[in-house]
Amino acid sequence: MRRFVTLFVVALCLVLSAVTAFAQAPAAQGPDFAALVKHLGGKSFAARLNAVRALGETGDARAVRVLEAMLGRNLYATTDGRVVIGEKKGDAYALRDAATGADAGSAPSGELSMVRTNNRLRNEINSALGTLVLMSDDPDRRRKAAVEVFKSRPKDAIPALERAVARETDAGVKQTMALALAATRLEHGADRAERLDAVRMLEGSADDETTALLRGLVSRRADGGFSEADEVVRAAAQKALTVIESRREMWDFAGKLFQGVSLGSVLLLAAIGLAITFGVMGVINMAHGEMVMLGAYTTFVIQEIFRAYAPDAFDASIVVAIPAAFCVAGAFGIAIERGIIRFLYGRPLETLLATWGLSLILQQLVRTVFGPTNREVGNPSWMTGAIELPGGVLLTHNRLWIILFSLAVLGMLALVLKRTQFGLQMRAVTQNRRMAGAMGIPTGRVDAMTFGLGSGIAGVGGVALSQIDNVSPNLGQTYIVNSFMVVVFGGVGNLLGTLVGATTLGVVNKFLESWSGAVMAKILVLVAVILFIQKRPTGLFALKGRAVEQ
Amino acid sequence: MSAFPGTQGTGPMSGFLMRDKGGMVLLAILAVAAVAVPLSNLLLPPGSPFHVPGYMVSLVGKYLCFALLALSVDLIWGFCGILSLGHGAFFALGGYAMGMHLMRQIGDRSVYGNAGLPDFMVFLNWKELPWYWHGFDSFTFAMLMVIAVPGALAFVFGWLTFRSRVTGVYLSIISQAMTYALMLAFFRNDMGFGGNNGLTDFKELLGYDLQAPATRAGLFVATCVALAAGYVLCRFITSSKLGRILIGIRDAESRVRFLGYRPEYYKLFLFTVSACLAGVAGALYVPQVGIINPGEFAPAASIEIVIWVAIGGRGSLYGAVLGAILVNYGKSYFTGAMPDAWLFVLGGLFVAVTLFLPRGIVGTLPAFPFAAWRRRERLKLAPGQAAGGGTDG
Repeated sequence: MRRFVTLFVVALCLVLSAVTAFAQAPAAQGPDFAALVKHLGGKSFAARLNAVRALGETGDARAVRVLEAMLGRNLYATTDGRVVIGEKKGDAYALRDAATGADAGSAPSGELSMVRTNNRLRNEINSALGTLVLMSDDPDRRRKAAVEVFKSRPKDAIPALERAVARETDAGVKQTMALALAATRLEHGADRAERLDAVRMLEGSADDETTALLRGLVSRRADGGFSEADEVVRAAAQKALTVIESRREMWDFAGKLFQGVSLGSVLLLAAIGLAITFGVMGVINMAHGEMVMLGAYTTFVIQEIFRAYAPDAFDASIVVAIPAAFCVAGAFGIAIERGIIRFLYGRPLETLLATWGLSLILQQLVRTVFGPTNREVGNPSWMTGAIELPGGVLLTHNRLWIILFSLAVLGMLALVLKRTQFGLQMRAVTQNRRMAGAMGIPTGRVDAMTFGLGSGIAGVGGVALSQIDNVSPNLGQTYIVNSFMVVVFGGVGNLLGTLVGATTLGVVNKFLESWSGAVMAKILVLVAVILFIQKRPTGLFALKGRAVEQ
Repeated sequence: MSAFPGTQGTGPMSGFLMRDKGGMVLLAILAVAAVAVPLSNLLLPPGSPFHVPGYMVSLVGKYLCFALLALSVDLIWGFCGILSLGHGAFFALGGYAMGMHLMRQIGDRSVYGNAGLPDFMVFLNWKELPWYWHGFDSFTFAMLMVIAVPGALAFVFGWLTFRSRVTGVYLSIISQAMTYALMLAFFRNDMGFGGNNGLTDFKELLGYDLQAPATRAGLFVATCVALAAGYVLCRFITSSKLGRILIGIRDAESRVRFLGYRPEYYKLFLFTVSACLAGVAGALYVPQVGIINPGEFAPAASIEIVIWVAIGGRGSLYGAVLGAILVNYGKSYFTGAMPDAWLFVLGGLFVAVTLFLPRGIVGTLPAFPFAAWRRRERLKLAPGQAAGGGTDG
């Protein structure tokens, strides 16, 4: 039944468009593919034009090959009336039958005449190919073709679209095609009911094209009249626009929220190690950003190793880089603690200066070893790509992964602190060093391990940041002020505070950004945090009790 | 130059300076430099072994500006325990105030030849001068702003911070955030301060050509005078009764509070004075180097000031001057001779000084000619009252 309808529609089109040139092709039989191809070799342009049109409407995938050959000047008519696709082989041409694709021997150039095209014919071929792609086997190509149709909305695409929608199996592509059909119908349809249906259909979409199309309907022309004459359609379009606007606002809000949370997760990764070294130990580690940088460079080195020795396993490089970065940054951290910081406990300002000096040394070291320019760190394939929400909001996979990753790191850290022997010792030492020592806890070693843990986590953060930021010797510098802001805002010595602080700052920043611009938003957030600290000098989640006095 | 020992009468003023041998040496050196450097630069022929070349005048002038800046940081850090990591902001604000005046002095000699608007505003298609640029045509007004703008910012910042008892590391971090925010703001073209490029291409100051050797010599003398005056002011503050309270606040703020003082007001006063000094240093710096841009607001620049003070000797005013000059000389030398090594050296200095020289050069060197005098001094004073001796918090 469906087949019959399809045939009928196609036939109707044929009758309408090609009745003169195809007088000999009986419409009731439907277009015979081979016959149509044969007509391509015809002498008159009108006949060829109609044949192209008819081929486009067959929706037959074989037609693509033929039409592309025609565009590429590879389609020939032989002297004995066959239409073939020729490929030059020395003096002669290797031939394939255009309709079947079967080998058709070879022929010298004298026996072939090229099927000529002109501009009009080429346009026709392109549009026929456009509708043919709607039937392509590749859903991605089908979707793109539908999007193209949506943009150009040619009247003669309607029947092809109808057929394509009918046979489409992929729900997403079907939706895109249906929208394109609705848009085309809205533009060319004569029937009010059909056009109202189309408007209703478009109401469900929220992208820029749809909005522009509907806006066009309700706008006025230069002479003051409406560009859409039908009042009922205009009212429907107006209503659809309102619906779309509110939906777009919602998606826009969701998009901003996502960006904010994403920025928050980046801040969290940069600050979470600081929550240990500064928050728990009270050591102002200005070289913290450089630990992040070391993590990012470790990722770079690991990736280079993978590129050189195991290019097939490149996707796994990030997974290997995480423990590697933890170890590298952690080892640096332990060395720094044993070499410098342990002599400066109780003198926070001196610690600040010494670690700042260290950060300069580490930056210059990396600059000397790896060069001052940005290094290329690749995304593994499972981190590329994006989920597109309606309204053009993109959720990129790497951002999504980083949000998850930051939460995982935070969770692991909380587990280590609360559930392990080491965490217990760590908390004991930070709360009352002498008492902990008296209980037999090796306080010096715990200090070193704690600092190593904080630095290692900073390194792990560097792995994540290498995926979205430039890996350069200045990487750490760009995060250091913000990380301190997060820790101070959230409340020192409190992981939950760090989480809330990072997310709040990220989200607030992104929402301000759309209102005031990116740089101004950063400034406003900094000023807000400075003022907030005046109000609550110990942050959102202040420690209470004896630990405060440390 | 009325502050020089020779011109002093008797009374409290002479007391605070006469006891300060190191300071007197510094003031004497400044006086000699202020006279000798311009004379040798202007009068001696270039071939003479005693001739000071023109670039050297500006370079040393720049070092002296940094010395004044270091002095302002030492005043609050060494004597009141306020470690500001944002003092570069006050320096840069003073510099911008001076730069704005110099921009207005360019007049129609700019590239676009627009007498009413600086070049970068013409470039941005601005039609008229923003309101905050008005008045900077006047030298007096600009000089007032050099002191008032950093002072006002320091007052507001300090008012909020000290009243809510934000101290120590927290103060350092939020002062760093302050200068970082200002840096971001000044990088914006919309702010009307020249964005990325800052203010440059200056022509003249008070009608004198900025490229002329005589003008440069004049600026050098002005810097010497400002540094000397700044030193005397700091010395006066720290050796007064107020200075004693400040040191008390540095060493035990709670005790001072329990004794009935309001530490926040003392700190606010000192912080504001220090910011004004930094502003003056910035204003003298800009005409001598010929440019001011948002890079001066960078947090790294502010931290560097602290290391000048730490190396020279925190809590000793002439130590800060010495440290600023030494480190900046080292910077000029290394960035010229082996540019890659400079950050290693600077970073190493930070680490080494905090670990091995916690009292800086002045506080550590036993061979310093004043060591004997210092011992005598300590005997004279009651224990724990040695004000300038680089005591550590």
